[in-house]
Amino acid sequence: MSPFWNAWVWTITLVVILGCTLLLLATRRSEPHKEATEETLGHTFDGIEEYDNPLPSWWFQMFVGTVIFAVAYLGLYGLANVKGFYGWSSVGQYEEEMAHAEEVYKPVFAKYASLSIEDLQGKPDGLKIGQRMFANNCAVCHGGTGAGAHGFPNLTDNDWLYGGAPATIQQTITEGRQGAMPAWGPVLGEEGVRDVTSYILSLSGAEHDADMAARGQQQFQALCTACHGADGKGTQALGAPNLTDNTWLYGGSFEQISHTIRTGRNGVMPAHKALLSDDKIKLIAAYVYSLSNK
Amino acid sequence: MIKHETIEKNIGLMILLIILVISGGGLAEIVPLFFTNATTKPIEGLRTYTPLELEGRDIFIREGCTVCHSQQIRPFRAETERYGHYSTANEGVWEHPFLWGSKRTGPDLARVGGRYSDDWHRAHLYNPRDVVPESKMPSYPWLFENKLSGEDTAAKMRVLAKLGVPYTEEEASKAREQVEGKAEIDAVIAYLQALGKLHSQYTNKR
Repeated sequence: MSPFWNAWVWTITLVVILGCTLLLLATRRSEPHKEATEETLGHTFDGIEEYDNPLPSWWFQMFVGTVIFAVAYLGLYGLANVKGFYGWSSVGQYEEEMAHAEEVYKPVFAKYASLSIEDLQGKPDGLKIGQRMFANNCAVCHGGTGAGAHGFPNLTDNDWLYGGAPATIQQTITEGRQGAMPAWGPVLGEEGVRDVTSYILSLSGAEHDADMAARGQQQFQALCTACHGADGKGTQALGAPNLTDNTWLYGGSFEQISHTIRTGRNGVMPAHKALLSDDKIKLIAAYVYSLSNK
Repeated sequence: MIKHETIEKNIGLMILLIILVISGGGLAEIVPLFFTNATTKPIEGLRTYTPLELEGRDIFIREGCTVCHSQQIRPFRAETERYGHYSTANEGVWEHPFLWGSKRTGPDLARVGGRYSDDWHRAHLYNPRDVVPESKMPSYPWLFENKLSGEDTAAKMRVLAKLGVPYTEEEASKAREQVEGKAEIDAVIAYLQALGKLHSQYTNKR
């Protein structure tokens, strides 16, 4: 705040406090009666008159009390650019609170900082901390138990899009992931989409039309194997899922699979490196790892 | 000296004196904020909303999101642990009207950008209970059907420019083509993903 506005704030504040005090004292002094009286102010409204009594002393004293409180408050907490006796500021109080938390919680995290994710599996308290942070940061998409939802992977089934090694889980949380399944509708045409869908259904042994699947296989070999592999078992480095098992992120019915092929899928795991410290990410990763490695 | 009785019997004079006393508070507490750097100078690197984000912001207001969601993180550890760096006045210099809010039925959204994927926001706005079973937020399915015309986008940007938001005439003239035909849901999600991402001065790591 500039010196001008600092002076502005202080002047108005002091003038108001002083003005109220003077008004109070002047009113008190000009009272014609110092004690309770039978005399009235002289006016009547519907026969009701008003005694010309002085200010009640409790009222006067409370007013004086508020003035003293105001002056004391200014002195202790300050105003505008002037720090009070306590040196208090809202940011200062916040920083104190943070420093205190750092002191209390740092040793807790430090205890686990040097341990690997595998070692953390034997530390129930560490996993519990991870579970709490998972509930705060991850459960909104992956569910409270980590079982996922439509479009959000299940983390408890040991089936991994990008890999389930400890370092990979840590990497996924830190840097995030960006799915990149293109829309094949315009390339394949509606018939092609249905053929490839039939072939994909055949990979996991689901009910399918054999003729359509045979036609779809050729399309699949030409267009899909770069990511999903010649055998359809997927490539974790690309986040391309295994199509031969019975785990379906976006549903495994004919309609759902053909919709995925037609319009593509671009599932995003947000990066958490700007949100959580490395120590916290490691504990969350350890908890996620524990979900499928009991 | 004016007698108490005189003031009591001249209501106009009484009103005048009351205004004089009360304005002491406003003059000391409010007026300096119009002239202080901390409240009038935008934080370094602050960008304006894109036309699509701006339309999303208007839909956010129209749907009453501010009734349940504040956009103001207070300087308490309990808040910054959950939401990120506390909000400062210089982040909101170009917000007209500001959406700080005073009521949290749902969480604060000041830094929600980048926390969830677009897909999550889609699922959540279509039916919140699909992703958060215990949620009591209403569903907004019409956002997926309504399309933006972009008719007023340029006019809105010109008004904001008059209020001091640095939109150029060139940006305003191109606004319609960036917005026209887009679904309302895309605008809202663009806006939500921009919240807290309009500058990079603060770290939200915790």
